[in-house]
Amino acid sequence: MAEFLQFFFSGLTVGTVYALVALGFTLIYNASDVINFAQGEFVMLGGMSTVFLALAGVPVPFAALIAVIVTAAIGFALHRFAIEPARGASPVALIMITIGASIFLRGVAQIVFDKRFHSLPPVLDAEPFRLGGAAVLPQSLVVFAGAGIIVMLLWQFVDRTMLGKAMIATAANRLAARLVGIDTRRIVGLSFVISAAIGAVAGILVTPITLTSYDVGTLLALKGFAAAMLGGIGSAFGAVIGGLLLGMFEAFSAGYISSQYKDAVAFLVILAVLFAMPQGVLGRGKVERV
Amino acid sequence: MTILEAERLSIAFGGVRAINEVSLTVQPGVVFSIIGPNGAGKTTLLNLFSGLYVPLDGCVRLAGEDVTGLSPDRLARRGLSRTFQNLQIFFRMTALENVMVGRHRHEATGILSDLLHLPSVHRQNRRTREAARTALARVGLQAEADRPASALPYGALKRLEIARGLASEPKVLLLDEPAAGCNPVETKELDAVIRSIVKEAVTVVLVEHDMRLVMNVSDHIHVLANGRTLAEGTAAEVRSNPAVVEAYLGIHGSQEAAHAFG
Amino acid sequence: MSMRALVSHRLAGLAMIAAITILLPPFFPSAYYYRVGALVFIFALAAMGLNLLMGFAGQVSLGHAGFLGIGGYTVAIAPIYFGTPSWLCIPGGAALSGLVAFLVGRPILRLKGHYLAVATLGFGVLVAIVLTNEAVWTGGPDGMTVPRLTLFEWRVRGSDAWYWIAATTFLLGAALALNLIDSPTGRALKAIHDSEVASSMLGVDVARQKLAIFVLSAIYVSVAGSYLALFNGHITPDVSGFVRSIELVAMVVLGGMGSVAGSLVGAAVLVVLPQILTVLHDYEHMVLGLILMGFMIFLRQGIVPSLTAVLVGRRR
Repeated sequence: MAEFLQFFFSGLTVGTVYALVALGFTLIYNASDVINFAQGEFVMLGGMSTVFLALAGVPVPFAALIAVIVTAAIGFALHRFAIEPARGASPVALIMITIGASIFLRGVAQIVFDKRFHSLPPVLDAEPFRLGGAAVLPQSLVVFAGAGIIVMLLWQFVDRTMLGKAMIATAANRLAARLVGIDTRRIVGLSFVISAAIGAVAGILVTPITLTSYDVGTLLALKGFAAAMLGGIGSAFGAVIGGLLLGMFEAFSAGYISSQYKDAVAFLVILAVLFAMPQGVLGRGKVERV
Repeated sequence: MTILEAERLSIAFGGVRAINEVSLTVQPGVVFSIIGPNGAGKTTLLNLFSGLYVPLDGCVRLAGEDVTGLSPDRLARRGLSRTFQNLQIFFRMTALENVMVGRHRHEATGILSDLLHLPSVHRQNRRTREAARTALARVGLQAEADRPASALPYGALKRLEIARGLASEPKVLLLDEPAAGCNPVETKELDAVIRSIVKEAVTVVLVEHDMRLVMNVSDHIHVLANGRTLAEGTAAEVRSNPAVVEAYLGIHGSQEAAHAFG
Repeated sequence: MSMRALVSHRLAGLAMIAAITILLPPFFPSAYYYRVGALVFIFALAAMGLNLLMGFAGQVSLGHAGFLGIGGYTVAIAPIYFGTPSWLCIPGGAALSGLVAFLVGRPILRLKGHYLAVATLGFGVLVAIVLTNEAVWTGGPDGMTVPRLTLFEWRVRGSDAWYWIAATTFLLGAALALNLIDSPTGRALKAIHDSEVASSMLGVDVARQKLAIFVLSAIYVSVAGSYLALFNGHITPDVSGFVRSIELVAMVVLGGMGSVAGSLVGAAVLVVLPQILTVLHDYEHMVLGLILMGFMIFLRQGIVPSLTAVLVGRRR
């Protein structure tokens, strides 16, 4: 039982990161139909920037703040300089652009930072505490809380502000949104900025637990995408559920089956979803009209 | 023997019956038109005939054989071909190449011989090219053979699709709004093309909005409204049918419909 | 005779490349150039395989490096563990890749657009994961040594030997590809690229054709992978990695989707560039990312088709 709970909590922790990455994917996908592969790099940049700023002497909280801002700016630049100019390209072309961007960012990180693993001091106690026999890190709670706050803020933003409603409108029907005067380009740019910020925060929160390095982005992006697909691409709520589910699948397979193939779980999930239920657990499908 | 028939065909999309128990029989060698107000289900019916949709109920028979639910390529190999309302042209190819693809079901080489470009492939290419040129000539596009399809005007593209469909030597050719977006001159040319097709014993099933063309060229008209059969008969019978006029006019009346039937 | 004219037209470009291939080596200052040349032709072969799938049939694969790994590791494992002669392992690996492509392709090719992209990506990464984890067979993350190729008592080593082997294979592969383009199958594939619906309506068995080209492209890439392993004498799981797959895609995009000559150009740029950048080895990823982004945004056609268009335009 203790073992089960252990896997449960570690799965939930990792799953929360996947959920946030998936949320970022979904935001951008909804606003622009682009699958943003660089999403994983945002997480990496958040963690790594904070680490290096802290190493340079900046107090960690400020380092984190700056890291989020810088990452958000990179998200903006990605949209402005790579996605916007290619407006109208096929979905595959756009994916390749974001893949190119992710490799580019990874390459830059390699040079600006370094190739080693890094950590951050946890926010609360470093000592794990016992919960039903399982050892749970206090940082896990920070991760849950952080994610919860992000989701809550996003929800309020979308529900209560005009800008948020504009994002919903753009996601629902871009042409109609433009016809009522919404600047969809700005909205798409905004979705990139918000996704980047979310990713960065996720990276900062989870670095004390999983460490970070210049190349964690790729796998994270793939897993985040798997999570988004599982929950139903296009559904923000689904993205969160998908992320948590994926984290659990991974933790339980690593625990009970094989820890070596832990990373393969996400891909098997992608393939399973694509073939069994392409619309995901909660998503909506599209019909091709002739 | 009827060449194409539908028996109590139905299909639903998310609870809405787009086609509801539609039955019709098409005799060989005629121009059979399907008309109806917007949203009546005409293209849906064509999609059912051409295997793009699988019906909920009912069956489709081609030359007596039950072909319900068969995939489009299987239907094509049994002699069914179609054009598309929103143009499915191969834009990366020339006009001639587009029509050459139409010969696919008559081409006899396999991937291995194609890789090695055996003499049989060379001969096949030549035969295909000739047949394609003939088809292009039938719609008056022989001069445009080597032009990229992307450079052709809309009216020519519509005719190109017809040539491509003809190249497959079908028993039945489904035309999905071929006159849409065409000017009166192009429509008249279309009229001539359709007549010439039928003369070669190819049955034409025509979905059209252009009433003048329909009334001129059709041997039999089938009227759809709201996914159901509303009426059918010859041109004269259909245009004087009050139910048909009302379906087009609606409650408030429409100048266009009055003009079309006038 | 029209037949002669046709043959000369279709394979004329190839003859030119062959001529350059033969005329270049006397100018090579050192064996190093043979090495670079061999690598260019090996990757050009792989790029051409991918081009058949992406450029002609219009299907995307972001995991094709998986087949580099299958071809490469077959030629590494089979001679050591089963005693099979290396030269037999090349077609052996190709057959294995073809089989895997057949099994994986059937379900995967039902997908389209970004779903297909991600599914193929997943496939490629899965292959890399398996290769990394099954260390007993594969030597794990550090890879394994590959026994050199022996052909009738001749131990094939040396960059010059591989230069000729790779060049000949590439030219052969290119000839086959050009044959395919000018054939019923080639037209069907191009048609599928432009409109699957219309192709289907003309009797093209879309699923079957896609699968066939997927298998064929896997075979090309597998042979390239086998050559790479035999040439280098060493192989690591990275060969199937995500970045490798993206490099292949970049070669296709850069050179020109649907262009056989483009495969050679793309491979040449992406093989030679790191050689030039050896000092700046760490900048490789940056440059790769920039190239991919740049071309996909500004020059989606790729180099060869764009150049051709410009030259043809000038002639008018």
